[in-house]
Amino acid sequence: MKYIDEYRNRDIVDKLVKQIKQVSKNPVSFMEVCGGHTMSIQKFGIPSLLPDNIRLISGPGCPVCVSDRKYIDQAIAYSRLKDVIITTYGDLIRVPGSTSTLDQEKAAGADIRIVYSVLDALQIAKDNPTKKVVFLGIGFETTAPSSAAGVIRAQMAGIRNFYLFSSHKVMPPAMEALIDEGVKLSGYIAPGHVSTITGTGIYQNIPNKYGLGVVVSGFEPVDLLQSILMLVTQMENDDPKVEIQYTRVVKPEGNVKAQQFLDEVFYLGDDWWRGLGVLPKSGMKIKEEYAVFDAEKQIPVEVEPTREDKGCICGEILKGIKNPKDCKLFAKACTPQNPVGACMVSHEGSCHAYYRYNRD
Amino acid sequence: MIKNILLGHGSGGKLSHDLITNLFVKYFHNEILDLQTDASVLQPDSDLISFTTDSFVVDPIFFPGGNIGKLAIAGTVNDLAVSGAKPLYLSASFIIEEGLPFKDLEIIVKTMAEEANKAGVRIVTGDTKVVDRGKCDKVFINTTGIGALEAKRKNIGMGTEIQPGDKLIINGTLADHGMCIMSVREGLGFQAEIESDCASLNHMISQVLEVSDRVKFMRDATRGGMATVLCELAESRNLGFEIDESKLPVKENVRGICELLGFDPLYVANEGKVLMIVGKEDADIVLSTLKKNELGKQAAIIGEVTDDHHGKAWMTTGIGGRRIIDMLAGEQLPRIC
Repeated sequence: MKYIDEYRNRDIVDKLVKQIKQVSKNPVSFMEVCGGHTMSIQKFGIPSLLPDNIRLISGPGCPVCVSDRKYIDQAIAYSRLKDVIITTYGDLIRVPGSTSTLDQEKAAGADIRIVYSVLDALQIAKDNPTKKVVFLGIGFETTAPSSAAGVIRAQMAGIRNFYLFSSHKVMPPAMEALIDEGVKLSGYIAPGHVSTITGTGIYQNIPNKYGLGVVVSGFEPVDLLQSILMLVTQMENDDPKVEIQYTRVVKPEGNVKAQQFLDEVFYLGDDWWRGLGVLPKSGMKIKEEYAVFDAEKQIPVEVEPTREDKGCICGEILKGIKNPKDCKLFAKACTPQNPVGACMVSHEGSCHAYYRYNRD
Repeated sequence: MIKNILLGHGSGGKLSHDLITNLFVKYFHNEILDLQTDASVLQPDSDLISFTTDSFVVDPIFFPGGNIGKLAIAGTVNDLAVSGAKPLYLSASFIIEEGLPFKDLEIIVKTMAEEANKAGVRIVTGDTKVVDRGKCDKVFINTTGIGALEAKRKNIGMGTEIQPGDKLIINGTLADHGMCIMSVREGLGFQAEIESDCASLNHMISQVLEVSDRVKFMRDATRGGMATVLCELAESRNLGFEIDESKLPVKENVRGICELLGFDPLYVANEGKVLMIVGKEDADIVLSTLKKNELGKQAAIIGEVTDDHHGKAWMTTGIGGRRIIDMLAGEQLPRIC
């Protein structure tokens, strides 16, 4: 665990906090757009260490939270088909659809299996040749390459009963849309694992077009504080740019092989984001060449009409305009036990993170 | 020689009789059980008795550091011990899936006998049922326990005497059992072996109670982990707790797997860990007494009761930040991005 301890070292943390306090003069708001960052910030209690003029806002960084409720409804509809096995990462199974959850469907007899990798889903497809195995592909540029690799591998191995139901999204359009919508920001703490795949070029528009800084950050407290220091320094010097704090993992060019997988299987199409609406070229759709693996094209299913909850302000929370504590449902009608909005269900959702670590 | 358990072993006929004689009585025998009456007659010599029950359905039934049988004894012994009682008698009931290899059952029963012996409790009654293949998973065990409780300790289980300033002490590393089970459960394929901390804590606890009358509360932190114990107690007694994350003992390999899978050790199950809340005057002697016992070598004072934030547990994180400790909803699930 040596590789982690040094990034949680209290002396280094104290030094960084001191430096931030020295450099920072003006009020600033930085947004993190990765659920992993949101959790880390709350789990380690980072806001309590920062001076009052620095505000951290949680943005649309949790893939479960930004996805359309219709996606869950459709997954539930698939799960009700007799010849379908649903394979999914764990977080999705408690997300409320319009009238049910995958969890409830599982209890009622649907074959829904939690997997840790798309390879497990492929194996399940191999072991159950008479079933259609649907993998729920959700997440940003980080998880999308493995979904793409799954499709390519299924093609190579001649597995014809594996289907990807893609809700994969790319991050930069949402980051730009937030600024366009008038959310007051001073800079972005950008997700380290997205850039591990994509490199840093994808954020160049943000300093160029909007004059805001972007620092690609790691996930440990020292990483986050160092990123905040870098952003504060950029702002104080009026020198917005894209910088990498997470240099031990992120290269400017990213992971070229993973990018090839993405390009091979997906094209960018319009996609709906909770709180932001339809954003052009923000969703990863399966290309025509791989249509035989596209659940949406291959498995016709009737999906119930989508019902959104009244009173839930997930949309505004995801945009960073409101704080989870501003929601009148927060910690009352909406709790992790009985979540109303997706932001409370996912462990990386803002509301969940606030509920767990910062409720008072 | 029986190879597999058959439906007939639970029928009440000859096969059942043989199984009881050649397995359960053979290993568990004592002068009360040997009478093989429908109900055992007990005479606990105490002011009060403590009474508890628990069912065990762990999967897999064998794991590094123990098996379902050890768990079934230690779990119930610990429930009695943390209530301040001296565990005396246990029942043991088995629901067995048809086809369970006899040798597996024998290992489990033998382990139970050994653990009961170690803990100084007698298994005085029991039952066996066999269900069709697929109707239960290998074997489920229920144990019920009776312990002798001195009147002066009757509040330990409830924590009614806890006051601000009292110290929170645990007897060792967190999350060993939960991560052990995770790591051996099918599908994860970890190489590193993590041992469960499954153990009967009654002797260690009685050593502590001998040196201190200021142990105001004890609870074994099983499912839901240490965090759940803290949250439940804070809420039910309207107490404020202040925890220092840097004082929480966690083994390196356990921490590694927790990080990898996105688990917080505070919320992961233990099977040999007790949280004690002790008057501050006695904190040092309790700590040193724990450390002298094999099961308490890594004991630590992890925090204290405060007069602030009633109903909530707060933690100073390892880096000096502040956050609340909250109860977890549902099972812990791994991260997705």
